[in-house]
Amino acid sequence: QTKCFFYRSHIGEQGEGARAVPLAGHVGFDSMPDQLVNKSVNHGFCFNILCVGETGLGKSTLMDTLFNTKFEGEPTQHNQPGVTLKSNTYELQESNVRLKLTVVNTVGFGDQINKEDSYKSIVEFIDAQFEAYLQEELKIKRTLHSYHDTRIHACLYFIAPTGHSLKSLDLVTMKKLDSKVNIIPIVAKSDAISKSELAKFKIKITSELVSNGVQIYQFPTDDESVAEINSTMNSHLPFAVVGSTEEVKIGNKMVKARQYPWGTVQVENENHCDFVKLREMLIRVNMEDLREQTHTRHYELYRRCKLEEMGFKDTDPDSKPFSLQETYEAKRNEFMGELQKKEEEMRQMFVQRVKEKEAELKEAEKELHEKFDRLKKLHQDEKKKVEDKKKSLDDELNMFKQKKTAAELLHNQAQQAGGSTTLKRDKERKK
Amino acid sequence: FSAVSNVCFGMKPAAPAVVPDATVSPAAGGPYGEKAGGPGVDFSYVGIDAILEQMRRKAMKQGFELNIMVVGQSGLGKSTLMNTLFKSKVSRKSVLATAQEKIPKTIEIKSVSHDIEEKGVRMKLTVIDTPGFGDQINNENCWQPIMKFINDQYEAYLQEEININRKKRIPDSRVHCCIYFIPPTGHCLRPLDVEFMRRLSKVVNIVPVIAKADTLTLEERDFFKKKIREELRANGIDVYPQKEFDEDAEDRMINEKIREMIPFAVVGSDQEYQVNGRRLLGRKTKWGTIEVENIAHCEFAYLRDLLIRTHMQNIKDITSSIHYEMYRVRRLNENNTVVAHANGVPEHHLAAHEM
Repeated sequence: QTKCFFYRSHIGEQGEGARAVPLAGHVGFDSMPDQLVNKSVNHGFCFNILCVGETGLGKSTLMDTLFNTKFEGEPTQHNQPGVTLKSNTYELQESNVRLKLTVVNTVGFGDQINKEDSYKSIVEFIDAQFEAYLQEELKIKRTLHSYHDTRIHACLYFIAPTGHSLKSLDLVTMKKLDSKVNIIPIVAKSDAISKSELAKFKIKITSELVSNGVQIYQFPTDDESVAEINSTMNSHLPFAVVGSTEEVKIGNKMVKARQYPWGTVQVENENHCDFVKLREMLIRVNMEDLREQTHTRHYELYRRCKLEEMGFKDTDPDSKPFSLQETYEAKRNEFMGELQKKEEEMRQMFVQRVKEKEAELKEAEKELHEKFDRLKKLHQDEKKKVEDKKKSLDDELNMFKQKKTAAELLHNQAQQAGGSTTLKRDKERKK
Repeated sequence: FSAVSNVCFGMKPAAPAVVPDATVSPAAGGPYGEKAGGPGVDFSYVGIDAILEQMRRKAMKQGFELNIMVVGQSGLGKSTLMNTLFKSKVSRKSVLATAQEKIPKTIEIKSVSHDIEEKGVRMKLTVIDTPGFGDQINNENCWQPIMKFINDQYEAYLQEEININRKKRIPDSRVHCCIYFIPPTGHCLRPLDVEFMRRLSKVVNIVPVIAKADTLTLEERDFFKKKIREELRANGIDVYPQKEFDEDAEDRMINEKIREMIPFAVVGSDQEYQVNGRRLLGRKTKWGTIEVENIAHCEFAYLRDLLIRTHMQNIKDITSSIHYEMYRVRRLNENNTVVAHANGVPEHHLAAHEM
């Protein structure tokens, strides 16, 4: 027999009205953040960015510029039949930090004539990464700490620099993605727009996003050390960026820039574009928060929906599955089984229909044959009648001919015998 | 990032003195990092390493949790040791106004939690006491309630983890470390010690210590330690740091040094005395004052460094990624006959976890 007692020396959660116990000296657990960071450094980090945008908006160049390296890839053609996602993973290192960076590109986005289904492959891709993680989490023997996390942490949405407003493709796509991934909208190739147009463009974009209920990623303002800079940056969204890996000499240093006859656009000059802001927010300040939001918000939502879809419930303790994975698999097999059954049914029905149709056709054929026979008979009868008639007519004609011949013969004989007076008299009478 | 200087394994032990406080240097630069902007700056700097600072910030905001269990017969100084480790009244006896002096007839598991803070780092420390352990005439199966408690914490975590609507941060009540107090007989381990450690080392990190080590001379202490290590080896008992969980050569090197020293011979005290002009924690006797944090006197400092200053994160990691996972595998492999449990785990389940 055991008794279990729990005493708390504080009330409520940590930090909320909890009574702190004073320490009489240095204990040393202030090294915990260091210990934690050390462990993470040994492990390495991973970060996954998805670039969504039409072909030719400079997605690859921007990635190259952000991470100061030339990622592989040829510029894509514009004749893709659908949207595919191409993913590449790179190992970067800076001082003692090793980063496994995965960049996913939407190939062919916006190139089709009918773009209704463009967003689908993107959503499927994002879901597939969540699914892979969920599968790993549900495994009985799992290795979560060495699992290569492929879930998308940030989605950079490239908006074409039209200067007017968002395209409907943009709105539709972002609306489909906003509950699945952290969206950071950026205006691509923004050196095509003048400063005043850009300001109006940004306002238009923001208001369209709000009025369509699109939730973009907000840089977090709950931590006081970064609250100020994050809230300032939030007001600068969408970031108007320019990317370039070419260097131009300005003054006495080489800077990344795009050179035009009328001037040079410097990528890292904050007066020229928001590249520095993007880099700051995406990498230097909020990378960890992006990862955390992906895991605690977007992934949890996916997981919750997926499990509910498969019929799991939290409330009923009796039906609460213990081996989530096994029951998940069982349900999936059940589902597949049902699918197969349905397929079989449909096939049967089809076969049945074909048989019926065949029978119908045979009937019709038979009828036709009968009709044909009937008609043939009719025709034959008619023909016989006609022939009979013809025969009787022929007989009449023959008889008539005979009579005529006989009559002529008689007449000739009579004439020769002196019966010409009669004829003369007849002739005179006729005159 | 700087390391807190202390008596570290692999470093030459400091001269007999209280370990000086090292200041943790503040994070370099503001959000822009130390290399942004400005003329003549290295523009090839991306800023990936700023993630370390971001992680640190997040950790400071979230705080840490640590759950330590103390097991041993009454009178071995468990409460005092806890108070000494955390330099405050964290033990159950200190918290309860009316401390129970009577030894309970059955083993009880009593848990006290505190929020402590040091240099901006907040920690929720839970000390789990096991009064009654080893105090009965018949101590058969006295490890059972303790094993049950440990498994119950794993169970609670698992239940929350498999919920559909689960908490953002699953509250961690799993026992990270179990300090087992060996009475300073000077001879060898008792059957109770062997039984307990043999069973528990399979489900939790065990850190054995020789309690009240001020009753042993240094020679007696060394002999005792050697004997204990032999017996542990002979019985296949793997105490923390376990050999099989060494990650790499560097790890192994550091951990080997620790393994050569365990069990630590400790003395606890929350009283300060004047020694050579300084106020030190110690025990005053007629023949001298034992300085608790003096490594020439006892090994308290090594224990403290291991548990708190260097290996705390590792202890938690082993608990979550090895002990907990093993429990989870066992649990999920059990027949999927789902039984509604009113309070915790039924008897047959307990048997399955007894090794």
